[in-house]
Amino acid sequence: MSATYNVIGTRPVRHDGADKVTGRAIYGADVQLAGLLHGYVLRSPHAHARIKRLDTSKAESFPGVHAIVTADDFPQTPERIVDLGEGDTPLSYVRGNLLAKGKVLYRGHAVAAVAAVNAHVAEEAAHLIEVEYEPLPCVLTAPDAMKEDAPRLHADPNVSAHIRHVKGDGEAAFKDAAVIVEREFHTATVHQGYIEPHAATALWNNDGRVLVWCSTQGSFVVRDVVSCVLDLPVSQVKVTPTEIGGGFGGKIPVYLEPVAALLSRKAGRPVKIVMTRQAVFEATGPTPGSYIKVKIGADKDGKFIAAQAYMAYEAGAYPGAMVGPGTMCVFAAYEIPHIAIDGYDVCVNKPSTAAYRAPGATNAAFATETVVDEIAEKLGIDPIELRLRNAAKEGTRRADGPKYRRIGCVEVLEAMKNHPHYKMPLAGPNRGRGVAIGFWFNVGLPSACTLAVNADGTVNLVEGSTDIGGTRTSIAMQAAEVLGIHAEQVLPSVADTDSVGFTGVTGGSRTTFATGMAAHDAAHDVVRQMKERAAKLWETGVDQVAHANGVYSSGDKSITFAELAARIGETGGPVVGRATVNPRGAGGSFAGNIVDVEVDPETGKVTILRFTAVQDAGKAIHPSYVEGQMQGGSVQGIGWALNEEYYMSPSGAMMNASLLDYRMPTALDLPMIDTCIVEVPNPGHPFGVRGVGEANIVPPPAAIANAIYHATGARLRRLPMNPPAVYEAIRITEDSTGRS
Amino acid sequence: MHAKVHVQCTINNEPAEFLCEPRQSLLECLRDVLGLTGTKEGCNDGNCGACTVMFDGRIVTSCLVLGVEAQGRSITTVEGIARGSQLHPLQQAFLENAALQCGICTPGFLVAAKALLDQEPNPSEERIRLFLANNLCRCTGYDKIIRAVQQCAREANA
Repeated sequence: MSATYNVIGTRPVRHDGADKVTGRAIYGADVQLAGLLHGYVLRSPHAHARIKRLDTSKAESFPGVHAIVTADDFPQTPERIVDLGEGDTPLSYVRGNLLAKGKVLYRGHAVAAVAAVNAHVAEEAAHLIEVEYEPLPCVLTAPDAMKEDAPRLHADPNVSAHIRHVKGDGEAAFKDAAVIVEREFHTATVHQGYIEPHAATALWNNDGRVLVWCSTQGSFVVRDVVSCVLDLPVSQVKVTPTEIGGGFGGKIPVYLEPVAALLSRKAGRPVKIVMTRQAVFEATGPTPGSYIKVKIGADKDGKFIAAQAYMAYEAGAYPGAMVGPGTMCVFAAYEIPHIAIDGYDVCVNKPSTAAYRAPGATNAAFATETVVDEIAEKLGIDPIELRLRNAAKEGTRRADGPKYRRIGCVEVLEAMKNHPHYKMPLAGPNRGRGVAIGFWFNVGLPSACTLAVNADGTVNLVEGSTDIGGTRTSIAMQAAEVLGIHAEQVLPSVADTDSVGFTGVTGGSRTTFATGMAAHDAAHDVVRQMKERAAKLWETGVDQVAHANGVYSSGDKSITFAELAARIGETGGPVVGRATVNPRGAGGSFAGNIVDVEVDPETGKVTILRFTAVQDAGKAIHPSYVEGQMQGGSVQGIGWALNEEYYMSPSGAMMNASLLDYRMPTALDLPMIDTCIVEVPNPGHPFGVRGVGEANIVPPPAAIANAIYHATGARLRRLPMNPPAVYEAIRITEDSTGRS
Repeated sequence: MHAKVHVQCTINNEPAEFLCEPRQSLLECLRDVLGLTGTKEGCNDGNCGACTVMFDGRIVTSCLVLGVEAQGRSITTVEGIARGSQLHPLQQAFLENAALQCGICTPGFLVAAKALLDQEPNPSEERIRLFLANNLCRCTGYDKIIRAVQQCAREANA
């Protein structure tokens, strides 16, 4: 029996909508300040080289140049371990990625930065900086970097971490299996591909405070990084987040802000730096390329008995690939008694990797879900039915430790099985249907929210989660539901770091869950205070006042929220509700895809004929934006599956660092993306919300690989499955089976 | 550095003039000289469509047009789409259909979609997809954008 809601589950126009369709919304590059200078970052042309000499003198005397900085301009504070929102990292690695010191570790690594009267002058001057490099051998893939004689990026070994999860017995358990499938997989490095390049403006003010305006997924992370690398107390840094033009994990790391601040201190004026698209590709974001081996054994009824995974993920230039989450997700969808997982975090001469929507999980699911499809075929069991026989449920213990609370894996699979798409036969030559599922655990993290009641019956909501996809509205709706007012009567603002309590990143599918929970709790704080005001009006006890659907009542007296709001001045002054949360129980989300493809055997081109995305949202606050997350994640997964890759030269140059050559899906490449929202309420949230931002990107590559197999008989185990790869796989399959 | 050039043109149906360096793109002139920051830069090489504007009745990526080429021309940016305080039906349709998430590509999509509907009031889904294939969106998977354009066309033809 689900609760009935007035606001939750409706589809109001988003609060920032008018600004965003009229061009008024201010994004990172739109910031204008009096006296603004423009920065340009000089980047390494080598993937791995020692910096022998760096001479900025010619650039300094170039007309229009106001400041130049290099790594030597950072305060040389002693090495320590810092936690900047994504785990523990040595400070030298954080600083080193901002401006290289001694060595460059990837092509595009920042070496120096210039501030000048405009961006053209800054760029011209930057190219007058003389850098003498001693090129070093580079290493570009995890398996190569793990070899004994591989070039080393740091004093520490390239393998920076080995993660091992074991449940039950290891190898021995496979002896009871009727069928065992063991396969190897490779996935290419891909980029988050947000359309807005990174942009930051900083002013080192004359009072010593550093003011930053930037496009980021987490303004408090920016504050902490700036404070850390510039050796300032956090209170001396104020970060004002602008609107953000996409992130997907790639705008959690900080690249520009401390550099702009150093330039500003030297120049005595504000400095804005906007990345070029080439810099975005070469120096930010990508998600790890990986090598994965998965082995699963099942009994004759299809029950999985044992599973093993070996996962080597590219960290890029600094440790911290998303192999940890990858190991946690690789078998997360299934109840398997015996599991052994080994994960390796491996430094290579590519940009330092960042989170990308369910980071690590898509690579892992590509392997697992392809193996599961093979087992289904070998046993002659329907692939959804096989998954249902093994689906994780409440009480299932993952190999990495946690036991699931209520989850929706079974419900997602049932919804797939019963979907009209799955029931409709697929006819025609070279066509095939594939399915796959995926899991992402989601996170909690701190959030803060305040609500101030206005005399006209509206409420100002202040929160600190930058809004990438309509979260102002999904947060405001939760406050409106509690207050018994319309979504439009809550006016949400995303505040700067001086004006709201510490709030974690917009990431981990946490914003509607955690900041929404803070709004829910703050609204209850308002209700409590409004009850006090009604009690005062009626000269009765607070415990005599009831609240339902925005009406406060006591005996035969009643007053609406708006009427009571008009009288807060006379009953004691402003009403401000507040709440902070740091929730556990984010409640993971499962997603599944049904995809029909047609493969052109002459060219290897794969066309998506029909695509259905199913996902457990717990409770969909704003269904349109839940669907939007599902569609967007699915299409990123389609791009990852079919086209996208960092195409690297042997010397470590990305050969396709433009949006022409790094081919992301266009409108013409796709059909409509059908969605099916499943709602298995999350016991860890007052409305049952599960974050929906990420799990949707996990299944598409595997679902498409399975569909290609059913269309052609060729199994693809390497991403991307672009036309040459598919063509080649079909040819090899034909040769080995004698088909023609 | 070359002397700046004086350019006179029409922007969003009003006369405009500005000084620009010969090397500055129309996109830079709109954003940095004229303060019309609604037009966005996503790639600066004509591949993402975020900077799409109308240029004498054609859609162009303004990063590939020089500011000096605007002399005597008529330009419409996203700031010129609304009818006074009334949103254009396309803008309204984008909002009602949740056809934007981060919103950075939205100005380019609106200008391009308006150009399509101005020429072809009743385009097929395939035609909309082809016409908008110059504009990249990384958030929506395009589904709701296509539906917004379809709804706008439907209502205009009703």
